[in-house]
Amino acid sequence: MIVRILGEGQYRLPDDAAQRLNPVDDRVMAAAQARDEAAFRAALGELVELVRAGEPVAAEELHPSDAVIPAPDADLAESERLLSDEGLIPG
Amino acid sequence: MGLIQRFTTIFKAKASKMLDKAEDPRETLDYSYERQLELLQKVRRGVADVATSRKRIELQQAKLEQSVTKLDGQARQALGAGREDLARTALERKKAVQAQLQGLDQQRQQLETEQQKLTEAEQRLSAKVEAFRTQKETVKAQYTAAEAQVKINEAFGGISEEMADVGMSLQRAQDKTEQMQARAGAIDELLASGALDDMTQTGDPIDRELAAIAQGSEVDAELAAMKKEIGAGDGPPEQIGSGQPS
Repeated sequence: MIVRILGEGQYRLPDDAAQRLNPVDDRVMAAAQARDEAAFRAALGELVELVRAGEPVAAEELHPSDAVIPAPDADLAESERLLSDEGLIPG
Repeated sequence: MGLIQRFTTIFKAKASKMLDKAEDPRETLDYSYERQLELLQKVRRGVADVATSRKRIELQQAKLEQSVTKLDGQARQALGAGREDLARTALERKKAVQAQLQGLDQQRQQLETEQQKLTEAEQRLSAKVEAFRTQKETVKAQYTAAEAQVKINEAFGGISEEMADVGMSLQRAQDKTEQMQARAGAIDELLASGALDDMTQTGDPIDRELAAIAQGSEVDAELAAMKKEIGAGDGPPEQIGSGQPS
């Protein structure tokens, strides 16, 4: 699978990587819902590291991503803004 | 996937807006390519804008640092002249300028980071646009519309994602730059109003007082010298400037 880190680029991960990403992703979401900035940043940092462990997709390759995650330096407010921009999360 | 799923959905929606797809993708290939080149130009201008803002902040930092040195010197001078009140004023201003400096340094670092990121984004996009151009020529030359659809979908997906990502980076850098501009503008006003800049000029009140003290002590010294002369000789004082004829 190909995962894009926003502002950084794409990485190619083994297809079973989702199993490793999911539990961390759940923690990112839980932290976002609890509005726990520190926990959010920590969990997002873990997620980013898991993705970075993959192989960077060469700049001249053109592929859509299977998954997209926020930039590693995104804070909670920025991520929420991005999500709410599209109106998926009201308020 | 909690957050990832949402992010992916939203991001894909953003990306799909970047390029319109026509029924025959070959028709839109050139148009899409034009859009990509336009975005690339925008990103390059964005990098230049961030660099300009950063330089402006660096200039202000240099000015404020001069102020700090000057105020420090004034405080010492005032204290030497026994004017603790004046020294205090100078040090208070120094603290205020130092606080401004600290804020500026953080902002300069942020801008530096944005510049770096945007430069990297520009390089990635540039490589992908070039890859798209190559694929577009191949597809136009060798494939039917139906075949092209399949061939080009992957490339469209890849390039529009990159465009959306770069577009967001650009927006972010522009937002940051605008914030800096507002702050830099406020400091420019402060400098122009004389609240900060005048302290490094001769017209500033601390300088004037210090000059007055210096003048005062010169006068005192001259007075003392005159008194001594008058006291030393019993006769009337010699007229200044009227030397004995030779």
